[in-house]
Amino acid sequence: MAQPRVHQGPGPGRGPGAFVKGPKPKNQGKTIARLLGYLKGGYLAPFALVLVCILVSALAGVLGSMFLEVLIDDYITPLTTMDPQLGPDSAAFASVAQGMAQLLKAIGVMALIYLLGIASTFLYNWLMVGISQGMLKSIRDELFTHLQSLPIKYFDTHTHGDLMSRFTNDTDTLRQMISQGIPQIFSSAITVVSVFCAMVSTSVPLTALVAVFVACMLGLTRFIGGRSGQYFVKQQRSLGAVNGYIEEMIAGQKVVKVFCREERAKADFDALNEALRQEAQAANSYANIMGPIMNNLGHLQYVLIAIVGGALAISGVGGLTLGGIAAFLQLSRSFTMPISQISQQFNTIIMALAGAERIFDVLDEAPEADDGYVTLVNAEEVDGQLAETAECTGLWAWKHPHGDGSVTYQRLEGRVELLGVDFGYTGDKLVLHNIALEAQPGQKMAFVGATGAGKTTITNLINRFYDIADGKIRYDGININKIKKPDLRRSLGVVLQETNLFTGTVAENIRYGKLDATQQEVEAAARLANADGFIRRLPQGYDTMLTGDGGSLSQGQRQLLSIARAAVANPPVMVLDEATSSIDTRTERLVQRGMDGLMQGRTVFVIAHRLSTVQNSDSILVLELGRIIERGAHEELIAQRGKYYQLYTGAFELE
Amino acid sequence: MRKLAGCIRQYKGAALLAPAFVTLEAVMEVIIPLLMAQLIDLGIEAGDMAFIVKMGAALTASTLISLAFGFLSGRCAAKASAGFACNLRRDMYHSVQGYSFQNIDRFSTASLVTRLTTDVTNLQNAFQMLTRCVRAPAMLVFSLGMAFYLNPTLALVFLAAIPILGLGLLFIARKAHRFFERMFRRYDRLNTVVQENLRGIRVVKAFVREEHEVEKFTQASEDIRRDSSMAEKILAFNSPLMQFCMYACLLLISWLGAKLIVGGSMTTGQLMSLISYATQILMSLMMLSMFFVMITMSRASMERVCQVLDEESTIADGPENVAAVADGSIRFEDVEFRYQEGGRACLSHIDLDIKPGQTVGILGGTGAGKSSLVQLIPRLYDCTAGRVLVGGVDVRDYNVQALREEVAMVLQKNELFSGTIKENLRWGNENATDEELARVCKLAQADGFIRQFPDGYGTYIEQGGTNVSGGQKQRLCIARALLKKPKILILDDSTSAVDTRTDALIRQAFREEIPDTTKIVIAQRVASVQDADQIIVLDGGKVADVGTHTELMEKSAIYREVYESQQKGGDENGAA
Repeated sequence: MAQPRVHQGPGPGRGPGAFVKGPKPKNQGKTIARLLGYLKGGYLAPFALVLVCILVSALAGVLGSMFLEVLIDDYITPLTTMDPQLGPDSAAFASVAQGMAQLLKAIGVMALIYLLGIASTFLYNWLMVGISQGMLKSIRDELFTHLQSLPIKYFDTHTHGDLMSRFTNDTDTLRQMISQGIPQIFSSAITVVSVFCAMVSTSVPLTALVAVFVACMLGLTRFIGGRSGQYFVKQQRSLGAVNGYIEEMIAGQKVVKVFCREERAKADFDALNEALRQEAQAANSYANIMGPIMNNLGHLQYVLIAIVGGALAISGVGGLTLGGIAAFLQLSRSFTMPISQISQQFNTIIMALAGAERIFDVLDEAPEADDGYVTLVNAEEVDGQLAETAECTGLWAWKHPHGDGSVTYQRLEGRVELLGVDFGYTGDKLVLHNIALEAQPGQKMAFVGATGAGKTTITNLINRFYDIADGKIRYDGININKIKKPDLRRSLGVVLQETNLFTGTVAENIRYGKLDATQQEVEAAARLANADGFIRRLPQGYDTMLTGDGGSLSQGQRQLLSIARAAVANPPVMVLDEATSSIDTRTERLVQRGMDGLMQGRTVFVIAHRLSTVQNSDSILVLELGRIIERGAHEELIAQRGKYYQLYTGAFELE
Repeated sequence: MRKLAGCIRQYKGAALLAPAFVTLEAVMEVIIPLLMAQLIDLGIEAGDMAFIVKMGAALTASTLISLAFGFLSGRCAAKASAGFACNLRRDMYHSVQGYSFQNIDRFSTASLVTRLTTDVTNLQNAFQMLTRCVRAPAMLVFSLGMAFYLNPTLALVFLAAIPILGLGLLFIARKAHRFFERMFRRYDRLNTVVQENLRGIRVVKAFVREEHEVEKFTQASEDIRRDSSMAEKILAFNSPLMQFCMYACLLLISWLGAKLIVGGSMTTGQLMSLISYATQILMSLMMLSMFFVMITMSRASMERVCQVLDEESTIADGPENVAAVADGSIRFEDVEFRYQEGGRACLSHIDLDIKPGQTVGILGGTGAGKSSLVQLIPRLYDCTAGRVLVGGVDVRDYNVQALREEVAMVLQKNELFSGTIKENLRWGNENATDEELARVCKLAQADGFIRQFPDGYGTYIEQGGTNVSGGQKQRLCIARALLKKPKILILDDSTSAVDTRTDALIRQAFREEIPDTTKIVIAQRVASVQDADQIIVLDGGKVADVGTHTELMEKSAIYREVYESQQKGGDENGAA
C-alpha cells in the first residue's frame, strides 16, 4: 500500500513484488525530461513562479552568509579599534553611536531581505504542493486510464502484484522526488553557484582548496552510494522473497491449519526473515553513515580552511581580512551543505527515477487497436424499417456508416460463424487449428473438452480479447474486425467461472451489467438467476456490502450473482464459461430455466465441465488439442459412439 | 504498544547504543564549534600560527571521534531497526499461524499481507528514525547550554525563539495529522479499486466498463490529491516558520553581539560560535517537528500491526487436552452454528450419528450448509450450541493438533504450494517414503498422470498449482490428505473436476484399501454418494433427510429431484 513518507533518505523496502530486478534506471535524462513534461498540464506558470521564489529564497540565504563579513569587517572591527575616549578619529564612523546607528540600519535592510526570503520560501513550498500533487494525480489517472485501454494479453503476461506496485510504490517514490527533490536540487544549484561566486570574490586560493575538497567528497559519495546501492538491491530481493512467501502462505493459511503445518511454516519463514534482516542491516548501515561522513568532512574542510586561511592572512598574501576568513568559513559550509544533502538523497532519486521508468513502461504499451466502425444501437421497427432509438427496446441493430455519409441498419440476430480460424497466444505455438463453426440465432452451442483444449480461447476470440492469426470470424455476416470493440462486447454477455465481484452493495454489483438499471430490473435479474432468495436472507438484503470479492458468500452464491449481473445487461448473445460449476445441479436447473427464458431466440455459448449442463444444447462441439473432433446434438453424439460417448459413459477421463 | 516494544528483544543493546552514540556525536558537534571559536579568536585574530595548528589538530581529532560515533550510531541503528522489523514480522507471522479459521475470516488475505509487508516496513523506518532522533533533543540541550556558557545574555534570545518555534511546529503537526489519517483511508480505497480492476479485468472489458472504472479511480485519486494537498500545505508552513525564527535570532544576535563586542565583553569568535549554535538549536527543533509528523503517519501502521498481534485465537486446546482419538465415530448433538455472533444460523438442530468406518454422503443445495457442517468436525470452527463428538469425546476437549492429525480434510478451495509434487504430498506426512507416496497416489488415482510428467514426482508445481488441471489438483490434494492415515477423511466437493469413472475408482479404492477410515463425502453428483452407508440431505441449514440411496429415493422429495436433475436425457447418470 502506498504510504507517503516525510523522512528523507532511502527507506528500506517497497511493497510486495517491487524492484526485484534492482533499481537501476536506464535513461535518466529522458525520464526526467518526460516527468517535467507533466508540468504542461497547467503547471508551467506556477512552476516558473516556484523557480523565481526558490531563486529569491536561496539568494537571501547567500546574502545572509555574506552579511557576517559585512558585520565584522565594516562595523565590529572599525568600532572595536575605535577608542571612544579619543573621539572621532576613525575614518569609518563619526562616533560609536553613529556606527551603531548605521549597523542598525544595515540590520534593518537585512531583515527586509530575510523577510522576502521567508515569503518566497513559503510561497514556493505552498505552490509546490499543488504542483506535485496535481502532477501525481495526472500521472496516476493517465496510468490507470491507459491501463484500461491495454489488451487482455498485457494483463495475462504481467502479475497483478507487479502492476499494483506501479500505482503504489512507484508513484510514492516519485511523489517524494517531485515535491522535495526537484525544489531541493534547484535551490541547491542556485546556492552552490552563488556561494561559489561569493567565495571566489573573497579568496581565489581558498576557493580552489574548497573545490578540491568537494571533488574528493563527491568521489567518496559515489563510492559509498554504489556500495549502498548494491546492498539495497540485495535487500529488495530478500524482501521480495519474504513478501512472496507471505503472500503464498497466507493465501493457503486454511490448508496450513488443516495439516497442522504451523511449526514448519514458522521455521521456513524465520529463515527467509533472517536473511532479510541481514541484508537490511547492511544496506541501512551504509545509508546511515553517509550523513556523519559528510558532516565531518565538512568539519575537516573547515579546519583546513582556517589553517590555510590563517596562514595566508598572517603572511598577508591574497589580501584576506579577519572578517574575510570568517565569512569564507561560513560560505564554505553553505557550499558543502547542499552538496552533501543531495548526495545523501542519491538513492532516493535513483529509486524514484527507476519508478518513473516503470510507470512510463506501462504508458508506452500500445493500447488495444480498434479499427471498427460498425456500432450497435437500440432499434425499433417503424413501417417495416429499422430506426435508431434511445430506448431499450430489446431489439438491436448494427449501424453501418458509409463513405457517402449515409447510414444503413441491419438487425442483430446473433449468428456467429468461425471460418478456418487458427490462433496461438505466442507466435509459434498454435492452440486452435482450423476451427469452423456456425451458431444460428437462437441456438445453444456447447463446448466440451479437457483443460487446455481451447474452449475458453474460442470465446476470447469472439469478443476479441485476442485477435485471430488466420481465418475469419463473422457476426451476423459482418467481419468482427469491422465492429467497434465496445459495441461488439456489449452485444455479448459473458459469465466467467472466476466471479470477480467488486466492493459495493449487492445491488451495485448486479447493476455493473447495466449502470442505469432500476431496482426492479436488478431484482428481476436476481430472480432470474435464482439469487433473489439468498440475497433477501442477507443482513441488509440488496444493500448488503460486499468486500474482498464477496468473501462472505459461498462460491455458488457468487456465481449466481455474476449470472444476475450478466442477465441485467440483457445481451443478445451470451457466453457462459463454466458459469455454474459451483452451483448444485438442482439450482443449476432452475437457473438454466430462467436463462433459457431470457435467451429465447438468442444465441448462447456454453462451456461446461458437467455434461448435464450441456446436454440440452442444440449443438455440442467436442474439442481436443485445439481441434474440433466431434459435433452434433447430444443424441447424435451418443449414437456416434465416439469421444463424447466415452466421456458420457465415464470410459474416458476428461482431464 | 508493549508488544511492539517487546519486538526489540535481543537487539536491545543496539537499540540503546544507537541513541547513546548519537548523543555522544551530538556532544562532539557542540564541542567542535567551540574549538573553532578558539581557533579564530586566539589563533587567527592573534596571528598565532602555532596555536592555529594546535587547534587544528585538536579539531581534526574531534572530527575523527565524531565520525567514529556517527559511524557506530549508524550501524547500531541499522542493526536495531532491521532486527526490530525481523522480530515484528516473525511475531506477526507466528501469531497468524495460531489463528483459527474465524480469525482468518476476520482479516482479508490481502490486508494480512499488507500488514505483514508494507506496514512493517513503515514501522522499521519509524523505529530507525526513533533511535537516532535523540540527536535533536540532545543537540538542543547541549547547544543551549553552550550558548548560555558563551554568553548568558545573548542566549536569552533563544529562550524567546524556542517556544515560538516549538509551539508553532506542534500546532502545524497536529493540524496536519487529521488529514494524514484521512489520506491513509483514501489510499486503501485507491488500492482496492486497482486491485479489483486488475483481478476482474475480463469482466470490465466484457461489460465495456472501462470508463466506469476510470471514473471510480479518478474519484479515488482526486480524494487523495485533495487530502494530501491539505496535509502538505499545512506542512508548508514549517520551513518559513523555522526560517523566520532563525533569521530573527541571527539578526538579534548580530545586533546585540556587535554591541557587546564594541563594549568589550565579547569576542568575534564567540559571536560566530553563537551564530552556529543558533543554527543548530533551530535545526534540532525542525527535526523534532519532522519526527512528530513521522510518528503521526506511522501511527496508522502501528494500529494495523497491533490488531494482528492482539487478535486472540478463538480456538484453544481443551482443558482436558485429550491427546488420542479413540475411533472414527462422529456424533452431532443438537448442533447450531453461526459464523458471526448474532448472525443468521447456518446450521440448526443437527443430530447425526456416524459409526467408525462408515461412508457418509452429504448432498444439498447452494448455501445449504454442507461445508459448514463438516468444518465443525476437525474443529475449524466451534459450534455455537450443542456439541460435536469425535471418538466419543467433545471436540473442544481435544488437543487441537491431535484432533486434526486424525481428521484429514480436503477443502473445497484447496491450495497447492510452489514446490515439487513430492514436497506438496509430504505436507501430509513429512517422513513418508517414496513407496508410501506412490501408494496414496494410486489410491487417489493420481499415480498414473504423475508418472506421465517428464519429471514424475519431482515435477515442480507453480504457485497456486496453476500448471496442473483442476482434476489433477483435486487428486493431488486427496493423496496429500490420505498420507496422514487419518481415522476420519472428509472430502468437501473434492472430486467435482474428476470424471465419473475416476471418481468411481477412487471410491472403490477407499472402500477396499481404507475400510476402517470414516469417510465423509460432500458432492454435487448423486453418483458420488449413491453407495454410501448413509446419505445426509441438507436443506437451509437443517437435516432434511438421512438414509441410504434406496430409502431416500422413497422418502425424500429433494433427493429425488436432485437425482432426476442429473438423469435428464439419459437413463444412467449424466455427469462427467
